[in-house]
Amino acid sequence: MLFKTITKENFKKMVEGLLEENEVIGPRSRDQDLGGNKIYRFLKINSFEELEMDYTRSYSSPKNYFLPFEEDLATYRLNDKDWEQEIRYTIHPRVIIGMRACDINALLKLDQVMLKSVYPNPYYFARRRNTLIIGLDHEPLEDCFCRSMNTDTVFHGFGLFLTDIGDRYFVAINSDTAYIILNQFDAREVTEEDQERYKTVKKQIESKFKTQVDITILPELMDLEFESEIWKKWGHKCLSCGSCAMVCPTCYCYGIEEDTNLTFTKATKRRFLYSCNLLDFAAVARGHNFRPDAHIRLKYRYYHKFRGFVEAFSQSLCVGCNRCGKACLAGISPKAVIDDLIKTEKK
Amino acid sequence: MNLKIPKHDINLEPFMVGPPDFNRQTVLMQTERGFKSEVVNIVKLTAIEKLFQIRISEPCERENFTFLPGQFVMLELPGCGEVPISISSSPSNREFIGLCIRKVGKVTGMLHRSEPGAMVGIRGPFGTYFPMQKMVGRNILLIAGGLGIAPLRSPIYWVNEHRSEYKDITILYGVKEPGQILFDYQFEEWRKIYDLNLLTIVQNPDENWKERVGLITDLFEDISIDPENTFAIVCGPPVMFKFICTYLANIGIPRQRMFISLERRMHCGMGKCCRCIVGSTFTCLDGPVFDYWTVMNLKEAI
Ligand SMILES: Cc1cc2nc3c(=O)[nH]c(=O)nc-3n(C[C@H](O)[C@H](O)[C@H](O)COP(=O)(O)OP(=O)(O)OC[C@H]3O[C@@H](n4cnc5c(N)ncnc54)[C@H](O)[C@@H]3O)c2cc1C
Ligand code: SF4
Ligand code: SF4
Ligand code: FES
Repeated sequence: MLFKTITKENFKKMVEGLLEENEVIGPRSRDQDLGGNKIYRFLKINSFEELEMDYTRSYSSPKNYFLPFEEDLATYRLNDKDWEQEIRYTIHPRVIIGMRACDINALLKLDQVMLKSVYPNPYYFARRRNTLIIGLDHEPLEDCFCRSMNTDTVFHGFGLFLTDIGDRYFVAINSDTAYIILNQFDAREVTEEDQERYKTVKKQIESKFKTQVDITILPELMDLEFESEIWKKWGHKCLSCGSCAMVCPTCYCYGIEEDTNLTFTKATKRRFLYSCNLLDFAAVARGHNFRPDAHIRLKYRYYHKFRGFVEAFSQSLCVGCNRCGKACLAGISPKAVIDDLIKTEKK
Repeated sequence: MNLKIPKHDINLEPFMVGPPDFNRQTVLMQTERGFKSEVVNIVKLTAIEKLFQIRISEPCERENFTFLPGQFVMLELPGCGEVPISISSSPSNREFIGLCIRKVGKVTGMLHRSEPGAMVGIRGPFGTYFPMQKMVGRNILLIAGGLGIAPLRSPIYWVNEHRSEYKDITILYGVKEPGQILFDYQFEEWRKIYDLNLLTIVQNPDENWKERVGLITDLFEDISIDPENTFAIVCGPPVMFKFICTYLANIGIPRQRMFISLERRMHCGMGKCCRCIVGSTFTCLDGPVFDYWTVMNLKEAI
């Protein structure tokens, strides 16, 4: 990998330049929570000033620029008995600035499913191909457990990745497009001093992780504790609202819906992100539901993330961002649930 | 300055031109592109089941469409929805595909209201199949409960077309009431021409019923099974295969030689929507056909 550094002043110029030519998405605060903390989201930015480089964590993940909440998969022109199907992939070049290592790692996990296994998904491919990602390091928050999930650092899946080393950003470069862009803003070769500062910052980041989750035997535990009361304990609290999956950077389950316009001349096949916690996730005709209870559905969310995905791709489907824990009105967080599982096992 | 993100328009790529080939799972294709097909014939089987014979309209798409017994398609009614349906016709019939569909809800209900000439879309084939090659030289026991006979028709056709390769073929078919029996117009042919031993049983007979009365497992009294040399294919409601497979395992048929087809909710058929996951297994990719050993090891399977 190539490394360079860029002054913050030049970075500003770069963003302004990018803004002139492209749609740029970045973290912006739009609201405050009850405690007066800013709530951030990845939104379109119109000027460098709108970009909040010191943001903490976006409430929902930027995955929706790759897997939109809703997306038209196909449209149909209907006439009498016949129809014509039309499929067009959305080509929307854009830059996303400020994605965390965990969020980029989440995309790499989605890549496994969407691009690297059977039936590569062209909708996702089109968006992934046309997005330049500029990542950004940060000091972990209280509840970040990405370190435990091995997703606190990232080596590919982005164009540029920035680490703040004072008056400059230390930049990892991972694509030619990104390299060409960066070089137009006096990016300089890494000096020994830059390197020292980078190491110090990295060490400091590392030392700030407070939350740990023990995942060593988690895949086995998911099987061993399959009938555990723990699932009922947490599952009975679950409201089956699906918020956890909506904010999660790695959840990708979906549903399909088709509808027509009022004159029956057009139809649409639409995909919408779903959640395995929702009541009818596994319901089939005539009222049969393979997962009728909230605790069973909650268990399967964990089962897929920490057992099924591991089996298929040798990694968990979780990056430890704790967005689901924050969003959950019932106070269910992966850390709490996993700690409980481990505790029962040790008893 | 050159700061424009290069545009990669995949709409211009070659894969957009040809039809998708769902048998080539790893290549980029238009995954949602359905083969437009005409419903050429609709056969009313019972009050709630109809056999739809559909024909892919484009000759080249029709030619490319090949499947194996046990696989399914996603059948789409544009504007209404898409449902997984097992193929219920012979793999060697390249003219049309037979789908036997029970009316249970929105899409299947709408299909039941359609008439010959209606245009539908199909994507597929998807999923695993009954390993007919492995069964060569052996006896095959095909056991169906209710609508389970629909996916069994494909292996039945297969066996007939390769009749000399297989030994004794027995079909056990059970339903609740005589009125629910499907494909009885084919029974003569299966017995006489296909040289299969077909036994039927109902739970609640009417005055015209002349064959056995009872549960499907009662039919085991009427046949002799050579466990060393028999493969079983079982299709029907989940409670049924548990009883049947347990019985067959007890008389000595290895669980890896029993095959069943699982049903789950499906929204893609391609391992993407996750709706069909059983434990950590995708019914659409690793199934719907599983051997019983695998099923026993799946969480929440039956
Ligand atoms: C591999 C496979 C093979 C099948 N083969 C056949 C067949 O040969 N003949 C037949 O009549 N039926 C078959 N089914 C069941 C059939 O798919 C459902 O009856 C159908 O999806 C019901 O759709 P609906 O819109 O009419 O019902 P609704 O109740 O209106 O459906 C609501 C939603 O649930 C989904 N859904 C409901 N029931 C099922 C189900 N059992 N399986 C999957 N999704 C479901 C639908 O796709 C839809 O999204 C098969 C299912 C699977 C998984
Ligand atoms: S912590 Fe929660 S939201 Fe974050 S990746 Fe894991 S499951 Fe998803
Ligand atoms: S775990 Fe929490 S956020 Fe997820 S569905 Fe249950 S109540 Fe909603
Ligand atoms: S049907 Fe979508 S994952 Fe199996």
